[in-house]
Amino acid sequence: MSAITRDEVAHLARLSRLALADEELDHFAAQLDQIVGAVARVAEVAADDIPPSSHALPLTNVFRPDEIRPSLAPEQALSGAPAVEDDRFRVPRILGEEA
Amino acid sequence: MADTETLMPYDEALERFEPVLGLETHVELGTASKMFCGCPTEFGAPPNTQVCPVCLALPGSLPVANAEAIESTIRIGLALNCSIAEWCRFARKNYFYPDMPKNYQISQYDEPLCTDGYLDVVVDGRTVRIEIERVHLEEDTGKSTHVGGSTGRIHGADYSIVDYNRAGIPLVEIVTKPIAGTDTLAPEVARAYVTELRELVRTLGVSDVRMEEGSMRCDVNVSLMPRGSSEWGTRTETKNVNSLRSVERAVRGEIERQAAILADGGRITQETRHFHEETGRTTSGRSKEEAQDYRYFPEPDLLPIAPDREWVAALKAALPELPSVRRSRLQAEWGVSDLDMAAMHNADAIELVEATVAAGAPAADARKWWMGELARRANEAGTALAELSITPAEVARVTELVASGALNDKLARQVLEGVLAGEGSPDDVVAKRGLQIVNDEGELSAIIDKVLADNADAADKVRSGKVAAVGALVGGVMKASRGKADAARARELILEKLGVS
Amino acid sequence: MTELLRKTAEELGRLIAAREVSAAEVAQAHLDRIAEVEPKVNAFLHVNADAALAQARAVDERIARGEKLGPLAGVPVAHKDVFTTTGMPTTAGSKILEGWLPPYDATVTRRLREAGLVILGKTNLDEFAMGSSTENSAYGPTHNPWDLSRIPGGSSGGSSAAVAAYEAPLSTGTDTGGSIRQPAAVTGIVGMKPTYGGSSRYGLIAFASSLDTPGPFARNVLDAALLHEAFSGHDVMDSTSIAAEVPPVVEAARQADIAGLRVGVVKEFGGEGYQPGVLARFREAVDLLESLGAKVVEVSCPSFGYALPAYYLIAPSECSSNLARFDAMRYGLRVGDDGTRSAEEVMALTRAAGFGPEVKRRIMLGTYALSSGYYDAYYGQAQKVRTLIARDFDAAFHQVDVLVSPTTPTTAFPIGERADDPMAMYLADLCTIPTNLAGNAAISVPCGLADEDGLPVGLQIMAPVLGDDRCYRVGAAVEKALEDRWGGPLLAKAPAL
Repeated sequence: MSAITRDEVAHLARLSRLALADEELDHFAAQLDQIVGAVARVAEVAADDIPPSSHALPLTNVFRPDEIRPSLAPEQALSGAPAVEDDRFRVPRILGEEA
Repeated sequence: MADTETLMPYDEALERFEPVLGLETHVELGTASKMFCGCPTEFGAPPNTQVCPVCLALPGSLPVANAEAIESTIRIGLALNCSIAEWCRFARKNYFYPDMPKNYQISQYDEPLCTDGYLDVVVDGRTVRIEIERVHLEEDTGKSTHVGGSTGRIHGADYSIVDYNRAGIPLVEIVTKPIAGTDTLAPEVARAYVTELRELVRTLGVSDVRMEEGSMRCDVNVSLMPRGSSEWGTRTETKNVNSLRSVERAVRGEIERQAAILADGGRITQETRHFHEETGRTTSGRSKEEAQDYRYFPEPDLLPIAPDREWVAALKAALPELPSVRRSRLQAEWGVSDLDMAAMHNADAIELVEATVAAGAPAADARKWWMGELARRANEAGTALAELSITPAEVARVTELVASGALNDKLARQVLEGVLAGEGSPDDVVAKRGLQIVNDEGELSAIIDKVLADNADAADKVRSGKVAAVGALVGGVMKASRGKADAARARELILEKLGVS
Repeated sequence: MTELLRKTAEELGRLIAAREVSAAEVAQAHLDRIAEVEPKVNAFLHVNADAALAQARAVDERIARGEKLGPLAGVPVAHKDVFTTTGMPTTAGSKILEGWLPPYDATVTRRLREAGLVILGKTNLDEFAMGSSTENSAYGPTHNPWDLSRIPGGSSGGSSAAVAAYEAPLSTGTDTGGSIRQPAAVTGIVGMKPTYGGSSRYGLIAFASSLDTPGPFARNVLDAALLHEAFSGHDVMDSTSIAAEVPPVVEAARQADIAGLRVGVVKEFGGEGYQPGVLARFREAVDLLESLGAKVVEVSCPSFGYALPAYYLIAPSECSSNLARFDAMRYGLRVGDDGTRSAEEVMALTRAAGFGPEVKRRIMLGTYALSSGYYDAYYGQAQKVRTLIARDFDAAFHQVDVLVSPTTPTTAFPIGERADDPMAMYLADLCTIPTNLAGNAAISVPCGLADEDGLPVGLQIMAPVLGDDRCYRVGAAVEKALEDRWGGPLLAKAPAL
């Protein structure tokens, strides 16, 4: 059974902000299906009582003191920007509010 | 457009439906530096001057959590009677938006720092317990300005420009459990909760909680269920309600709007709505083509937080006196009624009165001036009491001048007017405007002689025993002295001169 | 090729400090070599010629003034183009960052600058360090100096090729699933993945945050240890950095004595999918360890078989989020902004145009694995496997001091062979991935040439968390014994370019 359909890839591409062409969707669908089929093997491991590890090492409580460090100069901050206006990053019109 | 929606009058809506509320409040912490980097947090700095590789999400940069922000969040949780997590993690909330540099927000998901607390508020003499679901820590976004189009709003704009100074400022989110059973008081309860929360946070000293500057923002959830039903209705979430008054209006408006739809057999859409300060109405946010899937997962760049139990206990023990406790204490000290205390609370006057008392004024006088003349002036000017350009110490000085007999109430009002107008301290205003009560007996005597001469009829009446007529003469003296005479002394002298005792 | 190029970094450092040779001469020799062989190798994305010479001259002046500098002062280094560098572009091998000039230095970059190392330039890599062949670079593949038709490994293939081709005595890399050890193995050099948190990730363009580890490449074990020591250690800019002393790696590399050491051979690595020549060299290396006085036992790590699938859920999940910031708003490429399109459309067009196919695959795979409804079965389950793998290591390190395995199942494969077959490509990291999941240390050192193709084979030596010194100790002992046997370094057998 195919785990990842073309429609699913289209949905994933939308979520990932990737404007994929039709032929890319087909190609990725086949490949992702194969990969997901292979990685799904993790389900074979009996791990109900095993705690998940989100980090490589079990460390905790690393904080910084509330101290100001130098910021970038605005020209540095904006130096890589595709477009700038009034010392701000100029971006295309935003469709609407999210979250 | 949504603006043409019909509303059901509030009273009718409440007869037919019962509201259930939920409030999500965001508080920007007043830390010196941002949540995950060392950039300053000062409000109003020139655009993109408080940014660095971390808060701009430049490739390769990494977050490091601000210890003070963690502590502040735990203190808020403790003050709200929450349990503090023994171990919890930050999580990434993934969604694309231009004002969020990483296109994920570092937040907390299923492991908030603080859970299961409550806050009691008093509305209309009734104590309502607001259950707190969670208190968690996250980061703020940058600020977009929408350019072009006619409205300056997001819709119809040609493009936007973004300032990331605000991006990464620590933000505490405080979420209530659903609040049911408030009945007709729902809007007032919502307002009272936000007021109380704001005062609590301010008392803790962890934020300046200025709603007008956005350092405290509310999202208001409202749903309605028909009377007699126990099944909650579909809720809407009204975003960024940014004043206490707006909280109340947003709840009321949403109740009226939803009631009209439900009464008409319609259904409520689960959606985000935007509150409009000018009209008090809400409009629908952009409808989402697909449901949001934030793909939360534990933030791998930050380590879990495991607050030491002894440290948490020490933080709890060191909490300052909380507002409700303080209000009870002050009420007893000042000897005022529940009603007067509630009025002061609602007018945000308690701190001002307290400071005025601390500066030497009797409580009754302090309350009289703040809740009377100054409240009237603030109302006229459309500002908050605390925003008036007069200090509690200055108010205390005015009460002192009145008590010493140097001013009467009328003159005192003029002094307050002068201070508010920026003419200097109360003593400066007294001097510049020449507002001293006339205590010079010679000068007063001369004024009285002139008034008696000008009002011979009235003087005769008094002489003939109609003592009540003395009022007109005293009035004449006050007028002639332009209010500066001591009215009581003037009365004595007039009666003396006319041979009446 | 001048004799300067064949010298070790340690020797160069001593010669420069003694003013027997200038740092500027050393830099120039390497720049000349780069100019000579780059048309064939394509290890570099950016060569920093003028600045390198200026930096070298500055070191020479400081030495002339009598300043006491570190052991690698004046020695050239090449940085994988995934570390931010001021004054030089940083692209991560991607079109989406073409020409980006970072306003800040990575901690690794900054520390090596401070130690006086001379930056020759930035090396090629699989785009965003995703790959095992360096074919996924947007700027063309790098070629293996042993056989130009083959891959130099990946993702740090530019760094491995540069060192193997004598373009640089030292280079930096990053290892997320084997991206240092595998390229080192297939180019016949030394590559070390330090303990996670032992070297700072600040300024390392993230692929998978909980796995990425900066590490050194060199032509011998001592040089790798010197470089390791120069950039490692606690960094307050990286929350996951370990607040502990750097393990005594240089001392261990000089010690090179393994008498009495307990060595475990991981039972699960070997068999089907492994090239016979690789297994033959590996078995000889194990025999060698025994002859040097080590006690060799077989150790079972039953969960290692699930490391690869767990990795290909965890790494893509993290990458799908890490790469979200490349959105055409603040830096990098912007495509399709014609004044009518929305920010959302421009983001999607830019990302589609700016990312290569492997990056897109992994972003979508990660997005899938994190989606509500799939999270528990995929990402959540993979994290549990991660716990089990760490437990396997813990149990193993109760029995033995180090574990050994082949670094890779095969020698360098031909360019193009696995280019559009992701699953085949992923197998290159079979033996290296468990270490990334558990966060411990591992090194790859050359252990000979496979009989079938005459290409280098790597021996992987794995040590516990913060046991990095053990990797160097064992690696140095193996290196010394093998070089005695071969009559010189393995690289001497590589064909001239």
